[in-house]
Amino acid sequence: MARFLLKRLGLAVVTLWILSIIVFVGAQVLPGNVGRAILGPLADKSVVDSLNEQLGVDRPLVVQYADWISSFFQGDLGQSLVFGRPVSGLVSDALVNSLKLAAVAFVIVVPLSIVGGIIAALHEGRLLDRFITVSGLSATVIPEFVSGILVILVFGLWLDLLPITAQAPEGSGFFTQLEYLILPAIPLVFVLFGYIARMARAGTIEALDADYTRTAMLKGLPQRVVIRRHVLRNALLPTIAVVATQTGYLIGGLVVIETLFNYQGIGRLIFQAARQKDFPLLESGVLVIGIVYLIATLLADLAYSLLNPRIRYAASE
Amino acid sequence: MTTVPDPLVLPEQLTERRPDEARIARRERLKIILRSKTFLVGSVILLFWIFCAIFGEAVAPKDPFASDPLNRLASPSGDFWFGTDRLGRDVFSRVLAGAREILTVAPLATLLGTALGTALGLITGYFQGIVDDVIMRVMDALLAVPLVILALLALVALGPSNATVIIVIGIVFTPLVARTVRAAVLSESRLEYVQAARLRNEHAPYVMFAEILPNVLPPVIVEFTVRLGYAVFTIAALSFLGFGIQPPAPDWGLQIFESYGFISANIWWPVLFPALAIASLVVAVNLVADGVAHAFED
Repeated sequence: MARFLLKRLGLAVVTLWILSIIVFVGAQVLPGNVGRAILGPLADKSVVDSLNEQLGVDRPLVVQYADWISSFFQGDLGQSLVFGRPVSGLVSDALVNSLKLAAVAFVIVVPLSIVGGIIAALHEGRLLDRFITVSGLSATVIPEFVSGILVILVFGLWLDLLPITAQAPEGSGFFTQLEYLILPAIPLVFVLFGYIARMARAGTIEALDADYTRTAMLKGLPQRVVIRRHVLRNALLPTIAVVATQTGYLIGGLVVIETLFNYQGIGRLIFQAARQKDFPLLESGVLVIGIVYLIATLLADLAYSLLNPRIRYAASE
Repeated sequence: MTTVPDPLVLPEQLTERRPDEARIARRERLKIILRSKTFLVGSVILLFWIFCAIFGEAVAPKDPFASDPLNRLASPSGDFWFGTDRLGRDVFSRVLAGAREILTVAPLATLLGTALGTALGLITGYFQGIVDDVIMRVMDALLAVPLVILALLALVALGPSNATVIIVIGIVFTPLVARTVRAAVLSESRLEYVQAARLRNEHAPYVMFAEILPNVLPPVIVEFTVRLGYAVFTIAALSFLGFGIQPPAPDWGLQIFESYGFISANIWWPVLFPALAIASLVVAVNLVADGVAHAFED
């Protein structure tokens, strides 16, 4: 098992390295003249040149890349052009906020969609199954800002149940913060529900069909026990994998949701950096998101291999 | 008199029979697609929006671009069915005319992504080895960042326009398509006709594009329809962020971007109607994709 995980870790490091090159190319090579891109076509040439010098983008590309990546891993992410503060502080504050929102969304969606998928599978082909599958599919494909607007209008304005911004007042307690985060979490729940429920449904149907389930039934175990002990254990494995891959997707959704709900998370930070052409903030933000995604996939691999005896034993041989 | 079967005729007969069988299979598949309810519902909605994309400006009751300073943010009424936006433009007319940009940009971007992804999938699946390893690593790295954010980075660097949106979405879709096609090519490569072509000493591009490609077309078609739904989703989101389709186009995502600030004042009409339009389009495209995928599955 250790070898399996080490291999995954090695791959993640390689992936991260390639990603850093892509981000570097995106932020420092593609714009051509970075200073000109930031200041616009009307700015004076001497101002552009001095900004380029200040940013260090007038140096050879290899030097720039080496400098950027080595200071990145020393925790120095540079200075944000717009906020005039170190990028590292901005990014870590925002990341904490985003994790709070993502946690609320996951706490709602994971049990809901797994139970939904299992119920659909147990009623395969019947009305309830079709209802869950079709509503899951529609909820998944509608963009978050569209469902976000609908929940703001219905629950925030017309029914006046929940606050329509996500940012709780300074210094509020856990439950107040939670109250502010429920509405923004709903669109994320919608999108994730379809994917996770579909995996749980497919896994359960496969496990229900398997020989070991038939054997358990034939030896006279009560249905409840068969489902809990034999079906669910096998059905949930692929679901764990899909939950992890959706983390990356979730962060993409955060850009839109945090912008819509005025929530100072990593998504909105990247959006602001993009609008203001704050390249140092933008490239660090994107790289940090890549790191978060890779950590989530590694954790999923770890959970998967701990739960799956086939990997646990195969690798230890 | 008995005719001795001429061995030279046999392959010809075989090749003659194959297109016929292919045609029957195709007709069968079409029947399955047309019988699927989800496909029919989806295509009716989709055809409505395609009609609007072509004729929307002509059938709209008002000019979707004309501002009317006297009727800014007017609520829905007999005169303005869906109300007006902050410049006094008629929201109903803008919703009708708003399908055009996204229904041009999204299919073109998907086409680009599918073409590039199919080519890469063929190359990596056919050659395997080091080429495969290197390309798939780069693809993995691209997939480690959400599409919206990757597109945002590229659009900031290149400057937003319809052409850059098409290119950027096409490129970020490439790894996803390449993965699917590669898997299909890997299983095809083991089959005899590929071995035969290799033994005949055919050039690699010929084997890839003339021999393997026709046989992996079903997953490519399914991939295209699924990605199309995702392209509409992503481009609408980018337009909502101000990085997709640019003003003064009456694009739905852009309309929401321009008006969502008024939501807290309970001015819901310039936001709700374009939002419903996007939702209906995305659901329609996905229903069509679902019908197509079902037909190709069996």
